[in-house]
Amino acid sequence: MRRNDSKWSVGFPVLAVILVVLPFIVSEYHVDVIIMLLINVVLVASFRLITTTGGWSLAHIPMMGTGAYATALLTAGLGMPFWLSLPLAGLAAGLVSLMISYPLARTKGFAFFVASFAAGEAFRLCWMRFKVPFGGHKGLTNIPVPELIPGVVGPDFGEAIPYYFLALGVTLVCLAIMYRLDRSRIGDTWKAIDSHEDLAKSVGINVTMYRILAFVIGSFFAGIAGVLLAHRLWAVVPAQFGFVTTLYLLVWVVFGGTRTFSGPIIGVVALTILREFLKPLLEWVPLIFGTIIILTLIFLPGGLEGLPRRLAPLMRFRIVWGEGVEKSPEGMETESSSRGELKEAGV
Amino acid sequence: MAILELKELSKHFGHLVAVNELDLTVEDGEIRGLIGPNGSGKTTTFNLVSGFLTPTKGRVFFQGEEVTGLPAHVVARRGLVRTFQLTALFRELTALQNVIMACHLHTELGLFQQFLRGSGTRQREREMEEKALALLDSMGIADKKDEIAGDLPHGHQRALGIVSALATEPRMLLLDEPVGGMTPAEAKETMDRIKMVRDRGVTVLLVEHDMKTVMTTCEKITCMNFGNKIAEGTPQEISMHQDVIDAYLGGDTEAC
Repeated sequence: MRRNDSKWSVGFPVLAVILVVLPFIVSEYHVDVIIMLLINVVLVASFRLITTTGGWSLAHIPMMGTGAYATALLTAGLGMPFWLSLPLAGLAAGLVSLMISYPLARTKGFAFFVASFAAGEAFRLCWMRFKVPFGGHKGLTNIPVPELIPGVVGPDFGEAIPYYFLALGVTLVCLAIMYRLDRSRIGDTWKAIDSHEDLAKSVGINVTMYRILAFVIGSFFAGIAGVLLAHRLWAVVPAQFGFVTTLYLLVWVVFGGTRTFSGPIIGVVALTILREFLKPLLEWVPLIFGTIIILTLIFLPGGLEGLPRRLAPLMRFRIVWGEGVEKSPEGMETESSSRGELKEAGV
Repeated sequence: MAILELKELSKHFGHLVAVNELDLTVEDGEIRGLIGPNGSGKTTTFNLVSGFLTPTKGRVFFQGEEVTGLPAHVVARRGLVRTFQLTALFRELTALQNVIMACHLHTELGLFQQFLRGSGTRQREREMEEKALALLDSMGIADKKDEIAGDLPHGHQRALGIVSALATEPRMLLLDEPVGGMTPAEAKETMDRIKMVRDRGVTVLLVEHDMKTVMTTCEKITCMNFGNKIAEGTPQEISMHQDVIDAYLGGDTEAC
């Protein structure tokens, strides 16, 4: 396989220990920050899943909202237990995205950008206009605290630390599924479509179907993120899912890069940490984030994940990064020199 | 036996007639060249046949079955595979992944099978990988299997392009400028490969500007100009055909 096993055998236990110990050594406020971070990790990973086919969906935050609203209606409205509502609300987001995917799949690039934005905003307007069942501007409140097993006394998920572990569990499962998808032939097919759509068609790939599949699966996981959000805040309001949130999502993803699975996750983690350090400069945060995005686009077009690869030729080290692509400095040289010339090398 | 038949195929873009009632029959097992000056409708014809464009009028038959207006991926699944310039690859994927993608056609795996990867699925994936490796080996680039396609030298990219086209197991290949931008030596090597492909039973229809290549490789040539077929015949006939000479030298094209 392409994965580098030695990197993981050291990395995983260390990461696991950090994730378990973390909530006990930081303040309750920071636990809440980390819970939001976990939710955003699911959000960016699912966003990246859609980008692997080449589409940057601006309907992603509204899809997260769909999941949040769905779980609010299912649990607070119909009294459904959390564990049933979790997948159902994800499915609701998937279903809604399926509805809008047919027209969206016919657009690409910039048109997809605009069309997905319009479609997402239409849903948000629905939540604002329809007081029944969506509660209008005030949204929906009294979303119940999840129970581990309904009717049995368990951990109080109304508290930050237990909810952290709940969110952590759901996040890890979501990431595992998305990672598996990314590495499956489905993931390869998505990347192939992004790489050369016409060529993909000419080898018999049903491009539209695979596009829709990515969009629906990505939206499903955005919906799951929405569920986690709703049950932490106990309320959903349409303003949460507005364009500003979408902008933050884009900043995280652009900053991290979308080439590798870990790129956007690195982006959201780094910027969340940065944001906490910038707390005293609250009103400056949008300006600073804006500057970061511009600097990223100019100096680091591939995002943070591209940094080691860009530095590698300078440092002349053998690098193992991201996808585990191993490339010696010699390999990099042949790449750059052979691209220019029409030299046949041993065919 | 005719493998591909176009009947009065037309494509209009607004008032522009890109292809005008084209009749074309390609026999099973031949290498046919499609030539003509720029803008004569060759590439449009390719796009119409392969399903990338829908014809305004007319019909396309492949192996006796009508394929007019079918989506490109369906046409490809019937065995009529269109290639782009031979260096058109999935640049971000590895060489092996490129070939496996092209095997897609003939290994119908359900989405859940692809995700869950039970033992049967893994078995078929392994078979596919072996097949892909064998194909890479036949072009002498098996050792490059884990390299990112976009990072390969040009020569290897071309070889990979041919391997990918073969992996689709086509009955017929539509090649768009297979030797575009190549040196004469490279062009000859590529044409030899194309002949090899034909000898495996694959019919070839190619669009090419390089006259020398077309004249030496194709058994029969069709020449188009302004969307019309102006001549058809053996390379000798074509090279002496007055309309063809006029078309290329900018003579009085009203005559045809």
